Order: sequence, then C-alpha cells, then structure tokens
Amino acid sequence: MRRNTIRFSGALAAAAALSLGLAACGGGGGGTSSGSGSVTLGFIGAQTGDNAQLGINIYNGAKLAVDQYNKTNPKTKVTLKPYDTAGDPAIAPNQVNKAIQDKVQGVIGLPFSGESQAVQPTLEKAEIPNISPSATDPTLGKKGFKYFHRLVANDDAQGAADTKMMTDVYKAKKVYVVDDNQQYSLGIANIVFNTLKSGGVSVQRDKIDPKASDYSSTVNKIKAFNPDAIFYGGYYAEGGKLLKQMRDAGVTAKFQSDDGANDPNIIKTAGKKQAEGVTLSCACQSVATSTEPKVKKFIDDYKAAFGVGQGTYSAEGFDSANAFLDAIKAGNTTSQKINDYLKTINVAGISKQIQFTPQGEVKANTIYQFQVLKGKLEFLGPTDKVTLGKPM
Amino acid sequence: MLHNFTTQFWPNTIDGLAIGAIYALIALGYTMVYGVMRLINFAHGEIFMIGTFASLAVMNLVGFQAPLGGLALVGVFVLCLAGSMAASGGAAVALEFIAYRPLRKHGSPRIAALIAAIGASLFLQELFAQIVVPKIFAPGHGRDFIGTPRLMNKETLFSIGNGVVRNDKLLVIIAAIVMMILLDFFVNKTKVGRGIRATSMDPQTATLMGVNINQIVMLTFLVGGVMAGAAGLFYVLVFEVTKYTIGFILGIKAFTAAVMGGIGNLRGALLGGFILGLIENWGASVTGSEWKDVIAFSVLVLILLFRPTGILGESLQQARA
Repeated sequence: MRRNTIRFSGALAAAAALSLGLAACGGGGGGTSSGSGSVTLGFIGAQTGDNAQLGINIYNGAKLAVDQYNKTNPKTKVTLKPYDTAGDPAIAPNQVNKAIQDKVQGVIGLPFSGESQAVQPTLEKAEIPNISPSATDPTLGKKGFKYFHRLVANDDAQGAADTKMMTDVYKAKKVYVVDDNQQYSLGIANIVFNTLKSGGVSVQRDKIDPKASDYSSTVNKIKAFNPDAIFYGGYYAEGGKLLKQMRDAGVTAKFQSDDGANDPNIIKTAGKKQAEGVTLSCACQSVATSTEPKVKKFIDDYKAAFGVGQGTYSAEGFDSANAFLDAIKAGNTTSQKINDYLKTINVAGISKQIQFTPQGEVKANTIYQFQVLKGKLEFLGPTDKVTLGKPM
Repeated sequence: MLHNFTTQFWPNTIDGLAIGAIYALIALGYTMVYGVMRLINFAHGEIFMIGTFASLAVMNLVGFQAPLGGLALVGVFVLCLAGSMAASGGAAVALEFIAYRPLRKHGSPRIAALIAAIGASLFLQELFAQIVVPKIFAPGHGRDFIGTPRLMNKETLFSIGNGVVRNDKLLVIIAAIVMMILLDFFVNKTKVGRGIRATSMDPQTATLMGVNINQIVMLTFLVGGVMAGAAGLFYVLVFEVTKYTIGFILGIKAFTAAVMGGIGNLRGALLGGFILGLIENWGASVTGSEWKDVIAFSVLVLILLFRPTGILGESLQQARA
C-alpha cells in the first residue's frame, strides 16, 4: 500500500504539472495495465428489484455516453459492462467481485448508499476508482477512501435543504419523520429529525418495514400527532405506499421526501390524487427544462436511444461515464492513472461541474426541489428559491 | 408511551382487525392442510399471491375506470372474488397433485413433503417474477410492486372512539367472519366435512369406513386455496398493491396466527389471525412500528409456553362442534 501511495502522489504531481500528454509516459509504475486499445468500465447497481428505476436511469445515461464516445472511433475503445445488484447490499459484493475478475478499470456506481457501504472497501482494496452518481450517505466521504468519488451532494446537504423546506417553506411547527430503516433512509431521516429538534420544532418519528405493506400503525401515530408536515426518508416504492395509506386515512399534512423517492413511480404507487402537491428534493437538477444546447442534445439523444425520456440521475450517470471517458481520452488506461486523473478533473458536465474534493465529494452541491402537480413531477428550482405550485 | 397506546387504541384496533382478518383467511389454509395431512404447506403464501394477481387480472379484463359504486361495484367484486378463488383454489389443487401426491404415494417421510413445499414456494415466486408478471401485468417490472386499480371509494362509515371505520376494512372483517362460519358449518355439519374430520383423526380407519383419502386431501387443498384467494382479493381491495413475494411474509404471519390459535383448528385460525393483527398494531403504538414483528413473535412464544398447542388447542376434530 505504501508504495502505491508514493506512486500515486508522484503521478498526481505529474498530471497537475504537465497536464494530459506527459502523464501517459509515467506508465512504468502502473501495475494493472489492461492491454492497449480497450478499457472496460463497469456499471454496478440495480437493474432489477423494487427501486431499480434509478439504476436503470443511470445505466442508460452511462451507456449513452460510452456509445457516443465509441462512435467517434477513438484510439482506445471502451466497453461498459452492467452488473446487477438489485440494490441489495447482500448481492452487491458478489457483483463487485465479478467486476474485479473482469478487470474493469473504473466503476460507475454504486447507486445506493447501503450497497456502497457494503462494497466500497473492496473497491478500495482492488484500487479501482468509482464514481457514484447517486449514493448520498455522508459517511462514505469521511472514511478516507482514495478511489471513491460521487457526482451528487451528500445527505448532509440534502438533509439541511429538506429541513429548510419544513421550516421556511411550509413553516411547520409540528413535523412527523418516517423512514424505512435502510442505510440511506435512516441517515437522511436522522439529519432532518435532529436538525428540526435542535431548531425547536415539535417532532416525532416512526419507521416502516419495506417488506410489509400494512403501514396502518404508522398512519395512526401520524394522525394522533396531527403534524403540519411529514418528512419521509426512503425510496419511492415504500414512500408511495405510505402516502396512499396516509391520504386515504385523511391525513392532509404536507409531505416532503428525498431523492430516493424522487421518481414518477411514486405517483403511480400512491395514486394521482394522493400524490398531488408532494415535494421531493434531489441533489440533481431537472435537466428537462434546460435551454442549454448541450443539455438539450443529451435529452434528445437519450430519448432517441432508449425510447423513454431521461429520468432521475440519468444526467449524473452520463456525466460519471464522461468523467472516465475524459480520463481515457487523456491517455489514462489503467485504473490507477484514471484515479489520479479524476483528482484533478474540472470540466462542465450536463448536470453540474465535474470536479471533486480530495474526499471524492463533488464540489457543486446545490439541492433542488420538485413537486407533484397535476400528476406530474415538476421542477421547482434550488431550495432557497422555491415557490410552491398550486396543487389541484 | 402508554399515552400513545390509549390515544391510538381505537384506530389501531380497527386496522389490526382488518389485517388480522386477512391473516385469518390465509391461516385457514395452513390449518386445514395440517389438520388432515400433518403437513405445513409452506407454498400456501404463494397460493395467496396468485389470488392477488388473479383479482388484478379480472379487474384488467373488465377494464373499468375510476372507483365503482352500486350494482356495478357488486358485479365486479363478485367477478373478482370468483376469479381469485378459482385461481387460488385451482393452484392449490394442482400443487397437491404435482408436488405432494407422488410423495404420498411412495410413502415418503413427512420431511420430504415439507422440502417439496419450500421448493414449490420458491418455484411459484420465480415463475411470477420471471414470466407471469412481466408477460401479463407489467412488462419489465416483474420484481416491482404492482399497483392495482381502486375498486371502491374509501369512505368513512362511522367512528368508534377516535377510530374511523372505513368501508373496505369493515367489509374485510365481516367477510372473514362470514366465510369462517360457512367453513365451520361445512366441516362440522356436512357429510364431506365428516370425511375430512375422520381423515384428520385416523386416516387408516377412515379408509376402512369408505372415505376416499385422495379426494379428501384434494378437497382440503381446494378449500384452503379458495380462502387464500378471497384473502388475495381483500388484500388488493385494501392495500391496492401486490408483488411476487407478497405472500412470503404474509404467509409466515398467517402460519403464526394458525399456530397461535392452535394449528389444525379452524376457529383457532380466525382467533389467532385477529389476535396477531391486534397485538402487532397495539404493540407498534407503544414502541416504534419497526418492533411490530418482535412483539408479535414474543407474544407467540409466551402463548406457546403456557399453551403448547395454541389458544384453542390442536387438530380439527377437537374444535368443538
């Protein structure tokens, strides 16, 4: 490990000082050369399972980037291999091992925090750089990982933004916090709960079981507490079920949730009427309304390639892949050199500026809000400039 | 804490009875089969799952828009009930025929049938996840929750204390009790029912008395399946969602209910279902909802400590009357 660190800092200096061309010459130290002419990237994340939609969005975005790159007939061809984790921390390690055996040079993923926690040490040990487009657990950036990057603001930022929605936008005096007891959900719910509590807001909480469907005891607690607003930390499948049962039981409190629930599927699960007016945060910007030509091209290309519109984290998936492609274009074909390159990268992506802190966190960390209006997920803008729409 | 229990007592009681009614209907299948064959049919949860998808299929076939009212509602409801009962009942009979009968014929030990049951359970789950759901219900979403359309408007009928009684939940509770009474009558007052009880008591003697065991076993599976099918429709009615694994956890809960009430005992299944539903919801109001299962299973252990055969005792023939 020590030797690697020295080599790593040397390469970093070289890359910083001499920029792209010369960094390729420092290849004598690289141990994991994959042979010239091709590089394999892996997408490790959910392709099936309860909350697979986010994973599919990311994979499609990444695939689009790689396909577009390969069409330019580059010196180094890139293949993108998917590894399906079903979003399950128990399945993810196996898929990561497969990817390591396949000698991938970089990993796009993992999308969820739980699975990321489970496999990040393995990726670290294998010295394979990864860029997660969507794992938001703050602790991932605090463990000293050298190969971990993410293109999304973490839950500390999102929790603060969602708390702000409760206090500033909804002006709630009583808030009920619910989560589904999974790594990601618990993390963000804890942040919201603790910040509200220390801010003097009257707040209570409960947890639901993602495997169950009867949330009546939680609904009854909410009814008894009679809050002004509810924060739900978790994913859209359970969020939708909870929302439906709450609204059917006559709970009219405002409902705010996070980027795990930020998917049109929450409207499908909860029902149009029940989901109306709900606000959902995301560290992702809605690219759908952008007028920038580059972004518009991405949206059109995505639609043309997959037949459906781009969804939550598609743009981040696209950007993650492009960060790797950028490294490869600059002549870095080993995982070690790609990782070194990522430390210094600073280019404009579709979703945000691609630039990382030494901990692997993305530098641009604005949180945006969305609202369900007339059965559609509409973009509201950055949290401190939100104007709520009028629900039906 | 106790304050939460008292303020949320009535709403939790009503919701507990509603989910308890569904547990009870599924538990009947476990209990009937155990009573007759001494077999725990672990694939029974999947029979319930088939019922939920069958009612969804009927809803899709009828193709109605928006919640219904009046006669149209009754019509569609009866159609769905018939569809889900037929599908689940048929599946249960087929299961017995394919998975258990050959084993019985060869006089295999009971453990073989138990393993076959677990195998059948996994087979049915994957069959739906891989083929049935993607082909028929939701292409590309075989492993996702599938939302089902709203059959009836959910209206408040009346209140008990601060608990609101909603039409769909009341319907489920009443239907479970009515079906239980019908089944009780069937087992205890009809000739075929006597055959079931006789087989349960002593299969060999029953054969000597002219009871066709194979027929009785098939009938038992059919009745259990029909009840699970009804439970499937009620589940879809209340929660409006289903999934290929939906029967797994519910099956375990229903099995718990059956054991709690006394496995092999019909009335015990109903009682166990209601008690389990109530304990879960009451317990959740005292602690967090994430402790639901811990509380429910702790109570099960407590009950079994003092009454090892369940609250009402074991086996079909002992169920008074």
